[in-house]
Amino acid sequence: MQTDVIVIGGGHAGVEAASASARAGAKTILITHNKNTIGEMSCNPAIGGLGKGHLVREIDALGGVMGLATDMGGIQFRILNASKGPAVRGPRAQADRKLFRAAVQKIVSEIENLTVLEASAEKLIHKDNKITGVEIAGGEIISCAAVVITAGTFLNGVIHLGQKTWPAGRIDEQPSIGLANSLYSLGLRMGRLKTGTPARLNGETIDYSVCDFQPGDDNPKPFSFITKEIKNPQVPCHITWTSEKTHQIIRDNLHLAAINTGAIKGRGPRYCPSIEDKITRFADKDRHQIFIEPEGLDTNWVYPNGISTSFPEEVQDAFLRSIPGFENVEIFRWAYAIEYDFVDPTELGFDLAVRKYNGLYLAGQINGTTGYEEAGAQGLVAGLNAARFAGGQDNVIFSRANSYIGVMIDDLVTKGVSEPYRMFTSRAEYRLTLRSDNADQRLTPLGIELGILSKERVDAFNNKMAEINAAREFVQNTLTTPAQGVKLGLPVKQDGRKRNITELLALKGVEFETIADIYPQLREYTPETREQLEIDAIYSGYMARQENDIAAFNRDENLLIPKNFDYAKVGGFSIEIRDRLEKIRPATIGQAARIEGITPSAITALLAYVKRRDNKNVA
Amino acid sequence: MRTIIAPASAAVKSGVIVVRASGPNSFELLEKLSGKSTPSPRHAVLRNLFDAKGDLIDNALVIAFNAPNSFTGENVVEFHLHGGMAILKNFLETALETGLCYPANPGEFSRQAFENSRMDLTEAEAIADLIDAETNAQLKQAQKQMRGELGALAREWREEIISALSESEAYIDFPDEDLPDGLSARASSTVKNLIKSLKQHIEDSKSAQRIRDGFSIIILGEPNAGKSSLLNALARRQAAIVSSIAGTTRDVVEISLNIGGNLVFVADTAGLRETSDEIEEQGVKIALERAEHSDLRIGLAPDAASAKEIASHLAAGDILVWSKSDLQSPDYLKIDGIDEIAISTKNNSGIKELEDLILMKINTGLAPVSAPLTRARHVFAVSEAIKALEAALDAPSEALELACEDLRIAARALGEITGEVGVDDILDKIFSSFCIGK
Ligand SMILES: Cc1cc2nc3c(=O)[nH]c(=O)nc-3n(C[C@H](O)[C@H](O)[C@H](O)COP(=O)(O)OP(=O)(O)OC[C@H]3O[C@@H](n4cnc5c(N)ncnc54)[C@H](O)[C@@H]3O)c2cc1C
Ligand SMILES: Nc1nc2c(ncn2[C@@H]2O[C@H](COP(=O)(O)OP(=O)(O)OP(=O)(O)O)[C@@H](O)[C@H]2O)c(=O)[nH]1
Ligand SMILES: [Mg+2]
Repeated sequence: MQTDVIVIGGGHAGVEAASASARAGAKTILITHNKNTIGEMSCNPAIGGLGKGHLVREIDALGGVMGLATDMGGIQFRILNASKGPAVRGPRAQADRKLFRAAVQKIVSEIENLTVLEASAEKLIHKDNKITGVEIAGGEIISCAAVVITAGTFLNGVIHLGQKTWPAGRIDEQPSIGLANSLYSLGLRMGRLKTGTPARLNGETIDYSVCDFQPGDDNPKPFSFITKEIKNPQVPCHITWTSEKTHQIIRDNLHLAAINTGAIKGRGPRYCPSIEDKITRFADKDRHQIFIEPEGLDTNWVYPNGISTSFPEEVQDAFLRSIPGFENVEIFRWAYAIEYDFVDPTELGFDLAVRKYNGLYLAGQINGTTGYEEAGAQGLVAGLNAARFAGGQDNVIFSRANSYIGVMIDDLVTKGVSEPYRMFTSRAEYRLTLRSDNADQRLTPLGIELGILSKERVDAFNNKMAEINAAREFVQNTLTTPAQGVKLGLPVKQDGRKRNITELLALKGVEFETIADIYPQLREYTPETREQLEIDAIYSGYMARQENDIAAFNRDENLLIPKNFDYAKVGGFSIEIRDRLEKIRPATIGQAARIEGITPSAITALLAYVKRRDNKNVA
Repeated sequence: MRTIIAPASAAVKSGVIVVRASGPNSFELLEKLSGKSTPSPRHAVLRNLFDAKGDLIDNALVIAFNAPNSFTGENVVEFHLHGGMAILKNFLETALETGLCYPANPGEFSRQAFENSRMDLTEAEAIADLIDAETNAQLKQAQKQMRGELGALAREWREEIISALSESEAYIDFPDEDLPDGLSARASSTVKNLIKSLKQHIEDSKSAQRIRDGFSIIILGEPNAGKSSLLNALARRQAAIVSSIAGTTRDVVEISLNIGGNLVFVADTAGLRETSDEIEEQGVKIALERAEHSDLRIGLAPDAASAKEIASHLAAGDILVWSKSDLQSPDYLKIDGIDEIAISTKNNSGIKELEDLILMKINTGLAPVSAPLTRARHVFAVSEAIKALEAALDAPSEALELACEDLRIAARALGEITGEVGVDDILDKIFSSFCIGK
């Protein structure tokens, strides 16, 4: 068999990679263990959240799968931080596991150029440093121009449940040993990480009367920019708390947790700690919150968010029953932790290509991240670039200044990871600009330029922007004098300066409706347009500065360091600095400056060299 | 590219100070300050420059250079101001207040030139070396040490901001966690205390700036009080015209002296009186304005009536001098906080005592503080930080992300001092071995 691009792994990264690759015009084969687990949510049945929700919107703005699948599978939608400003609002949804999986599989089946092959990828075939194909179990070799590996938690995966351990990629699934060995033989720097998942419970055996009730938003807001409405019925979550007795049981049995027996070597995420971790590290906290999330509409399985653990079954059983509402709970599946191999992401470039080989791309958990959204976003970038590589086109990179995708990839490839990486809004220095509401304005034009979007999406975007642009023009050019303002009852200063509508909206205590009373044509805009006008006003005081900052950032990002730059040629580097630069091989001066331990004088030296070459090229 | 401004010639000694503005807004800046259009490029013209209140700052020679035919490759305006710290200070403050420009960081002009391919790095370095060669090594050393101390202090401040910031960020990124109440109360009290320390430090640092920029003394008095005679006595030369005609001095005459090893500027002024002469009236106005900005005021009066009048222009710490003590004996007013002394320039009595008194004032005024903000750039950075911190406190509680944004801005502003700058500021920092404005 022969194809342009092979994607290994049908998880969230793999699905987005395959979709992006096929949409970019490459003949694509998605190789995965089991067709029926495509779109499986390994851990909690939820998509989005802070930073993560931003990523999903960005994936969607570029025509990806995750947003649409969430809209089709979502059973509770909530905008987090709704009481705070628009830049830090994050859409989140509980998903019906089955509906979500089915939606993903349906979308995948409808993508042109994309074939799904049920098989286990065992080995990468390469000629010197050029990847030429993949060998699957049984020995068949499929040749290709580029490979994207998205093996998730499967590489040398080992599950820990108390003292018991066994090799697995997920519960009841085989790990990937052959592929892991193949990666080791390529000489890539690799390491080990771990993550855990809580027990699954029978919702019918929980006493909800003692729990808090957490409904979704009244008007569920879709993830995708092209979803018109959410059709699934909406269900609530519940909240309960650990008790003093829970803490006692856990403290008494700490020595039995796999994490403490020395069985687990991989590092887990600090922001997603197991319950035993929380109780040890925050000893003064007398209770911890647990969200009880439904796994679906027609199932009694529930997911207790907040109590992942590596305790053996007996201890799990005892502490679960000490939690109010869980006294008589039936446990469907025990909590477990999983350890797996990952590849040091500093082996990668901004396009998620392994630098040492041509045609090899990595995305998702394999790069040291955690979470569906992080995986999906990387998958999109890797798939897109693999397809472009196969087609002989330039790579496409995302920057910290245009997307959370860019922030994440820059963090990964510049700084590496010491624990599973997760997105937060505070990682984005241009947070006020990179919002979940404007992901399409930021990225869809790029998608159009790359030709990876459906006509439906392009039309929807163009229509939306036509109205927004017209509205912005109206709002910016409609001026009110201070005298008029006072007459209209607006709190304007009598400084002789005419103000446009954005400035009026930015005044304290002035509502959109107040202004719409004066300029009724404002009422004709769609809610989306109106929202944009309001947000423009909220952040107007900060935007000029942020634009300046972004311009400065871009200046440094545009100073390119040649791909095979010989650092030995630049005088004045200490050995340590040279090692670091050679390890990361920054693509730009900006990236070089972000590498830990790189001194300003090293940047000066580098800059002088790069700039000098630059001048020569111009001359 | 931002528009930057800074003196391009050494700040104090020369009679003319050249201030350079470079960047896209520099022509607009000139137009705003002069109220006139930008002259044709490379032609020197005279322009009146006005402050925000519309008062004249200076009648200056200005030259515009348009991009890319300028030193930096950007639009550049050179302002040739009349010497004197007061004019320079007033001018820079006014320019920065327009919001059109920022104070240049060390080496930033060279950086612009470099980035516009007007020079390569080695040329830029050569310029820096040249400038360095002129300055005295000891001074440089001293400044380096100061920078170290200041760096440590700024780092401490920055840490505090970061701690307040991270608390607030936790609220944003973990909205569903039940975080303890009062986190943000703690953050805001951290910020409040920090604002207080920053303001105090700006105040304390004034003495440090005086060391650099010179200690300024102004002589005030009614016409014929003997002001010019006193100036000449202190200068030990005929610096100003002395005559028995009241109203001889109409403009400010400034001399620089070395008193006890300190750089001191003494300004003689037009006598204070009601006058119908327009020029003299202007002189009086300038004298009074300048008195406000001076570090020490010497009120000069030959008799009780004029002493009372002149005392109203003095503040605690100033000196009231009874002149012409050969003609009449003083009738001291004994005002709290004002030192009084009698002199005669005719028979040279009291001059030595007055000099000792002035030296004492200088020494208290120049008392060293630790980690002072020695440059306008430092003061600007700290002021920016204060502004941002105050904005953070003001931010509405439903827009926590704006408070965070302000805290980041504050941290970044302080970062400009320490050199521990954020991702995007690093290139600015690499040129910091350069002297400002070259
Ligand atoms: C136990 C557990 C706990 C987790 N806990 C959390 C958590 O607390 N928080 C959080 O954010 N995320 C958590 N996750 C992570 C989340 O599930 C992943 O981040 C996300 O699914 C990663 O997506 P991915 O596409 O990289 O890989 P996966 O979703 O793991 O998909 C990998 C896919 O590749 C296939 N595959 C692997 N090797 C081969 C091969 N050789 N040949 C063919 N197919 C192959 C697999 O069958 C699978 O379909 C957890 C995951 C697990 C398993
Ligand atoms: N007897 C006596 N005459 C003095 C003394 N000091 C100055 N005079 C005389 O007073 C007159 C005015 O002196 P100036 O020094 O010009 O006074 P001024 O305050 O500068 O005057 P204006 O510039 O006109 O405001 C001159 O005739 C001086 O000679 C002094 O100590 N004793
Ligand atoms: Mg005089």
